[in-house]
Amino acid sequence: MAKFGFDDDSVVVIIGSGAGGGTLANELCQKGIKVVVLEAGAMQSNASFINDEWKSFAQLAWLDARTTSGSFRLAKDFPGLPAWICKTVGGTTTHWAGASLRFQEREFKVRTQYGHIEGANLMDWPLELRELEPWYAKAEDKMGVTRTHGIPGLPGNNNFKVMYAGASKLGYKDVHTGNMAINSQPRDGRGHCLQLGFCFQGCKSGAKWSTLYTELPKAEATGKLDLRPESHVTRIEHNAAGKVSGVVYFDKDGKEQRQKARIVCVAGNSIETPRLLLLSASAMFKDGLANSSGQVGRNYMRHMTGSVYAAFKDPVHMYRGTTMAGIVRDEAGLDTRRGFVGGYELETLSLGVPFMAAFLDPGGWGPDFAWWMEHYTQLAGMWIVGEDMPRETNRITLNPKVKDKYGNPVPNVHFDDHPNDIAMRDHAYTQGERIYQAAGAIRTFRTPPYPSTHNLGTCRMGASAADSVCNAFGQTHDIPNLFISDGSQFTTGGAENPTLTIVALAIRQADHIASQMSRKAI
Amino acid sequence: MQTIRITAEGASEPSVGGARPELPLTRRQFLKGSGVLFGTIAIGSPLAMLAPSPAWALELKALDSRSGETLLKFGRTLYPHETLPDAVYALLVKDLDAMAGADPKLAEQLRQGVLELDQAAGGAFSKASAAKQMAAVRALEGTPFFATVRGKCVTSLYDNEMTWVAFGYPGESWSKGGYIARGFQDLKWLPAPPESASPPPYMG
Ligand SMILES: Cc1cc2nc3c(=O)[nH]c(=O)nc-3n(C[C@H](O)[C@H](O)[C@H](O)COP(=O)(O)OP(=O)(O)OC[C@H]3O[C@@H](n4cnc5c(N)ncnc54)[C@H](O)[C@@H]3O)c2cc1C
Ligand code: SF4
Repeated sequence: MAKFGFDDDSVVVIIGSGAGGGTLANELCQKGIKVVVLEAGAMQSNASFINDEWKSFAQLAWLDARTTSGSFRLAKDFPGLPAWICKTVGGTTTHWAGASLRFQEREFKVRTQYGHIEGANLMDWPLELRELEPWYAKAEDKMGVTRTHGIPGLPGNNNFKVMYAGASKLGYKDVHTGNMAINSQPRDGRGHCLQLGFCFQGCKSGAKWSTLYTELPKAEATGKLDLRPESHVTRIEHNAAGKVSGVVYFDKDGKEQRQKARIVCVAGNSIETPRLLLLSASAMFKDGLANSSGQVGRNYMRHMTGSVYAAFKDPVHMYRGTTMAGIVRDEAGLDTRRGFVGGYELETLSLGVPFMAAFLDPGGWGPDFAWWMEHYTQLAGMWIVGEDMPRETNRITLNPKVKDKYGNPVPNVHFDDHPNDIAMRDHAYTQGERIYQAAGAIRTFRTPPYPSTHNLGTCRMGASAADSVCNAFGQTHDIPNLFISDGSQFTTGGAENPTLTIVALAIRQADHIASQMSRKAI
Repeated sequence: MQTIRITAEGASEPSVGGARPELPLTRRQFLKGSGVLFGTIAIGSPLAMLAPSPAWALELKALDSRSGETLLKFGRTLYPHETLPDAVYALLVKDLDAMAGADPKLAEQLRQGVLELDQAAGGAFSKASAAKQMAAVRALEGTPFFATVRGKCVTSLYDNEMTWVAFGYPGESWSKGGYIARGFQDLKWLPAPPESASPPPYMG
């Protein structure tokens, strides 16, 4: 591992080592650029991952205080845990399921496609699918996504059999075991999926892509990476010219450190990234860094989600094998006859008994709840994920009433579902239930959203500095050497799980940064 | 006969069966704690296999026996599982007792809540009929006491091996090589999807 000095102002500092930060670090290092990655979480490994839901959650999840407001159900069910995000080297790519889908062409220009929608802050991306396609291809190759680059699909488990049987009875056509960043056969020095069923707990076999054991070791091998775990950044500093000059962080001993930088890239996921920009407010940037548009923290999206569980007369054992084992894509297109704009995907999902008790029906109790738990081995499950409407009022702000251990205000997550989200969720619940009924379900259940796993949009990219935070390369409009390198950049959310797009954007951003550096533009 | 103690210390370790066998309780030890709960696990139940002995005892540090019994029955009314023995619900009492030991305000909330349950049941809640217990619990829904106990149930009752065994959830799979050769596709009551949708597994 390289060690760069605190005063070395030629380094690129990346905050966060997840999908965005970890990928960007490797791409820059491969180009010979010196990188310091500051990661708040600790180092784990395939060996230290735990096949136990709560123990793993305690090991990997981001548990620092957060608060909530707004009418979304999470504010009632999990007021202190609005998001399911990790704090560990590798970020949430340790917990993620691996579903890796490209956005559809239309989803980059929803303002044009959907027109004005009351209460939604729709905007076209400053990017088109055509421009992103080569980067998607690189990302799929890097992550080993099944059904791309000649990589076979994964074998479907019992949970998928149920989904497939019901969905094909209903006439759905685009149903398969998905595009997963999970090795269906050995690849890139990693083994194949052993169908452990603990994808959300860190993949012990290493079959699932995570920056922890792919991007970061590769970056380290270049001799250009200085990765510092347990380093929590609290402030980005700038010079008199209005360029960022370094960051302040607390190291693992709780000691304050100051790292100089030529460029700072923020990839803390869409709650911490805007929080850090807001915390870095100064006399020159009174509303926070890169916030002349006032959009930092706004347009927070979390995807329209929910789950459907169904009980059958016979056993399913959904917990066996990949957690996200298959997908129905037929509802992902645009068809306003359904009563909403945008589309959604249906993806199998399974929880163990401990998480099922917490998430099936938060706050629920009584004989009915007990019935569902007792039928655990007879359950099949799916997750719905669809495009939600960006709203200016859905936002991350600093909550001065609650402080974290460094004395900084914690982020408040405010969210109100848009009527379009509600209409789409209703439709998806109905279709999910119909799928399971077609497969012979004796009962079905509509589970409300889990703490948000897809957090997006809080530093959106756009063509104009007046109404967006960064440009099509994630470079902030206000400060040319400050970059947004995670899902916060998303202008809108699409129906697809976001990580493939985050990775594609990170690879593209690395090229942009390298060329700007060599032209001495930054 | 050997007695398993559902230890009151180490609240994060919800294990009866996995527990190291300990000496049976003696009279002197009874007096140390403020309360004790006893029970047995039916021989022949799959859970009995997890336990070195069918008898269990829980020594309480902060709560008295009557509170312990009431909370145990409260847990059972909230999450009624005939398949689960009292030993599982005793884990709830153990965890609540540990919380009460660490936080006097919470201890008071629990003691007060127990009195309210008795009142709502028109006598000892733990001895009341199932219908009366249900009515009493409904009457308390929405109170902080209700929220404390219900919230604790989620982990105490469902994050322990006895419950997993009773519900057929095997827990970790890494040491057994996952499910690739252990039934991840063994569902027979529906047709298998075509290979285009679900290719065969790679077996090495
Ligand atoms: C259970 C689960 C399942 C998922 N499944 C899928 C899926 O199937 N497909 C998909 O596309 N997506 C999935 N996701 C979402 C996916 O994990 C995220 O989209 C992705 O990891 C986001 O990447 P990121 O770089 O923005 O943030 P992260 O991967 O969350 O990384 C952010 C990192 O920044 C660090 N950090 C934050 N603030 C600071 C600070 N101030 N100082 C230092 N470090 C900091 C954090 O500790 C963290 O390690 C899933 C998520 C979860 C929780
Ligand atoms: S099912 Fe496959 S991807 Fe998921 S944890 Fe197991 S080996 Fe890893």
